[in-house]
Amino acid sequence: MEELDTEPPVTVVPGADPARTQLCFEARGPSCVFVVRRDQDIYMETLRKLFNESHGIFVGLQRCEEERAVRARNAQLIQVSKNYRSVIRACMEDMHQAAISARDSALHSQYSIQVSILSAMELIWNLCEILFVEAAPAGPLLLRLLDWVQLHICDVDNMVREVLSSENPSKHKLFWNVVDIFVLQGRMDEARHLLSKEAIANPTSMNMYKILDDLMKKMPVPSVGNTQTLTEMELKWQHWHEECQRYLQDGTFASSSHMESICKILLGDENAILEKKELMTTWYHFLVTRLLYSHPTVKPMELRFYAQSSMDMFLGEESSPEPLDTILMAAFEFELHQVIKECSVALSNWWFVAHLTDLLDHCKLLQSHNLYFGSNMREFLLLEYASGLFSHHSLWQLGVDYFDHCPEYGRVYLELHIERIPLNTEQKALKVLRICEQRQMHEQVRSICKIMAMKALRNNRLGSALSWSIRAKDAAFATLISDRFLKDYCERGRFSDLDLIDNLGPSMLLSDRLTFLGKYREFHRLYGEKRFSEAARLLLMLMTAHIAPCSFWMTLLTDALPLLEQKEVRMLNNHADGLSTKGVQFLLVLLF
Amino acid sequence: MRAGTPDWPCLPARTAALAAAPSAVPRRSPSPRSQSGGAWQRREPCGAMEEVCARFVSQKISKARWRPLPVAALQPPDVFATGSWDNEDNRISIWSVGDVGSAGLNGEYQGEPQLLCDIRHNGDVMDMQFLDQERIVVASSTGSVTVFRHHQNSQTLSASHRWENAHCHADQYTACGGAACTGVICNNPEIVTVGEDGRINLFRADQKDAVRTIDNADSSTLHAVTFLRTTEVLTVNSIGQLKVWDFRQQRNEPAQIFSLTGERVPLHCVDRHPNQQHIVATGGQDGMLSIWDIRQGTMPVSLLNAHEAEMWEVHFHPSNPDHLFTCSEDGSLWHWDTSTDVSEKPSFLHQGGRSTAYFSHSTINQSVVSAWLSNDPTKDRMEITNLIPNQTLSVNTLDVLGPCLVYGTDAEAIYVNRQLFA
Repeated sequence: MEELDTEPPVTVVPGADPARTQLCFEARGPSCVFVVRRDQDIYMETLRKLFNESHGIFVGLQRCEEERAVRARNAQLIQVSKNYRSVIRACMEDMHQAAISARDSALHSQYSIQVSILSAMELIWNLCEILFVEAAPAGPLLLRLLDWVQLHICDVDNMVREVLSSENPSKHKLFWNVVDIFVLQGRMDEARHLLSKEAIANPTSMNMYKILDDLMKKMPVPSVGNTQTLTEMELKWQHWHEECQRYLQDGTFASSSHMESICKILLGDENAILEKKELMTTWYHFLVTRLLYSHPTVKPMELRFYAQSSMDMFLGEESSPEPLDTILMAAFEFELHQVIKECSVALSNWWFVAHLTDLLDHCKLLQSHNLYFGSNMREFLLLEYASGLFSHHSLWQLGVDYFDHCPEYGRVYLELHIERIPLNTEQKALKVLRICEQRQMHEQVRSICKIMAMKALRNNRLGSALSWSIRAKDAAFATLISDRFLKDYCERGRFSDLDLIDNLGPSMLLSDRLTFLGKYREFHRLYGEKRFSEAARLLLMLMTAHIAPCSFWMTLLTDALPLLEQKEVRMLNNHADGLSTKGVQFLLVLLF
Repeated sequence: MRAGTPDWPCLPARTAALAAAPSAVPRRSPSPRSQSGGAWQRREPCGAMEEVCARFVSQKISKARWRPLPVAALQPPDVFATGSWDNEDNRISIWSVGDVGSAGLNGEYQGEPQLLCDIRHNGDVMDMQFLDQERIVVASSTGSVTVFRHHQNSQTLSASHRWENAHCHADQYTACGGAACTGVICNNPEIVTVGEDGRINLFRADQKDAVRTIDNADSSTLHAVTFLRTTEVLTVNSIGQLKVWDFRQQRNEPAQIFSLTGERVPLHCVDRHPNQQHIVATGGQDGMLSIWDIRQGTMPVSLLNAHEAEMWEVHFHPSNPDHLFTCSEDGSLWHWDTSTDVSEKPSFLHQGGRSTAYFSHSTINQSVVSAWLSNDPTKDRMEITNLIPNQTLSVNTLDVLGPCLVYGTDAEAIYVNRQLFA
């Protein structure tokens, strides 16, 4: 880049007193500084793992090549979604450990709140994975929903453990609760296993047990593979449903209220299921149970009706839906944008919505929905998330990759943010520089190098300053450094930092002044080694090449004087072709 | 004023040659094999199946070092230290890696590094070295050098000694400003440090003041230091020079200066061959690996275009020096292997297999010249592997000891591989 070797003009700042060293407000009275923090979450240590691991998954998703076959692509995206979820779960476990070991009660409650938020996030993500990423069709849809419910109602495991570990499980007070919850979650084998214990303990109910067991065994469930069509399954199910109906109406289970209620549940009796409200704890559990026992071949698009009615029935008149409920409802209604909007409102940082939206965008589910400033929703959320990362002293490096994958505004955002990262060590400056260079952000490169070079110059590290100006190919700064050297020489009569000037190499060509410096030092060296003819030739060249600064001409002339007395130089004058005459003329012009 | 650009051919022939010379040492660009890629996997369990254990630690790792083994030890190393950077609260941490195959206490993944203890550190950790089994010397970005002691009985760390202003800028206008200490090397009890202020300090572990200080040893930043012999050190700086300093000499000048030809690319790391002390490897800002022979010439013996960004660390394996490891800002970690099988046969007898044998002209009598100094290492016997399948952020540090490798990244993760040569 061509820059003129001139002194910069003096800029007058109105109102500034050049004698004072600082420009600032006058302090009047006591003052305090408030440290304002945006995005409190990113400062939690346990959440940092979430950000880092998900960054790896995000970058991997952007870079991985698109599979041609739809099914392979789908499998790839499902794997990515599962990875994200496993990261959330891992973070949840760590947070849980931290909550347990926290001695401060405020800290403990903070961690516990985070655990519940993460758990809710994983719940929502899992549902979105089933409905949107995997887009499970009727049949497998129910199985996925059953898995989903089983995964997220954890109290069951504690209860089960308690009952099973007791000496006489069937006499345990929670026994029937456990059997009921198994039935409600469609875990038939486990329910049958427990019931067999009851049958052994209570031989009178053996008959009833056998029938119930048989019914539970025969219950048709959608198969994972394509071994049966939906219609076949529906027929079988209808048949089985009628069989259950008959047994109930015959009064087979009349003597055991527990078993009767189980049979009613099997028949999909909503009231019977609703009686077990406390066991199910949530309306979406109720929804899935209802579907399992009344419409196992439910289609994805039909979910919304059942979801709405389930929520109404479960919550009844007393309670109103919470934010989590509205989000899940929006998901069941397949209103993607609504899901994202509700999540953005409910959650305190952009991590969740940014990554989920990006994944859904890769599934090609979001139409490019233009927001006010032209970018689409995915880009908007990623920009917000990455900007939040940049406000953190350490996580800014992650933000860079997010900006890279925002095609429209990412680059501009990155340019603005990266200039504002504080550079306290050279190593950090090098990392930031590398980021800028890889993205051809030349302005930022020059600006950073200038800052570092100026710092080095102030600290009298001329070699460092030069290496920064070489990196930025900043000729003007190189000129500044050379002027410093030459000034030092004029004042002290010798060069400082000889290891630098003697070994400039091709970087000497960066600026004229620098070349002059290198050559001038070489002249001194040649003179010191008594190679006067070469020294003289070099000196003449320096004078005629017009790269010497005006202030130095006198010095050059004074250096020439002793040379003129040397024998070899006088002989040289006779042989050289015109250079020496020119040189002498030059001298004469200047002297007079 | 000026009649136009000067006419460069007028310059003495020597300068013109310097300006336009192609490097006398041709540069080669080896390309590594990648280890198996595949979908990103979290937390591979250690054991016979997967070699590398990862752990996310919520701090960017700037240095990782294995604790040295006692002299007659047979087992592989199991304790390492890490230092963080760019945090408001930086820490030195000591980790232990369990035995492969033994059951963890809480059922956690076997072999995943477990935190033993940590301690707060003021400033970024710029460099770190174990002084002995219990003490670690840490260089800080504030310019101080601290010796920490690891108390193994109580599993705690404490700062046992600190040299507060080991490195600082003597500013003309203000008081002494801190300059980062960029490199530290130990040879118990001596400690040598270098910094951004171009100063070299020689400390002894038990003495309060520096034994020797070379002020303004360099006009640019010194990036790394290593011992050449017991009284000589090697330093690399940001104008591409490798200098030898002899502490027996009283003058404050380097004994020798080596530099790259062509562009003065800053050098960031240096390591000496463990057995053959004249072989030195350096890594540069452009990712170039240079091998130097200190006995001869002032230019490197070979230049290898390795990484795409700054090479942060280069290490010869201490007991298998035919293996070299480099890590870089571009997120890769390369394993350079010049070892040859003793029983190798000429290539026409060898069908496939992992280590292909080349028919080199000296197969009959195994050449005693180190593979590193041979004329074309990439052609003859070098195998280069990138050990990181999915690279994202910079690998800042690595350390090898025995069969174990540890490395740390800017993605706030530590990775341990305990079966390096399996």
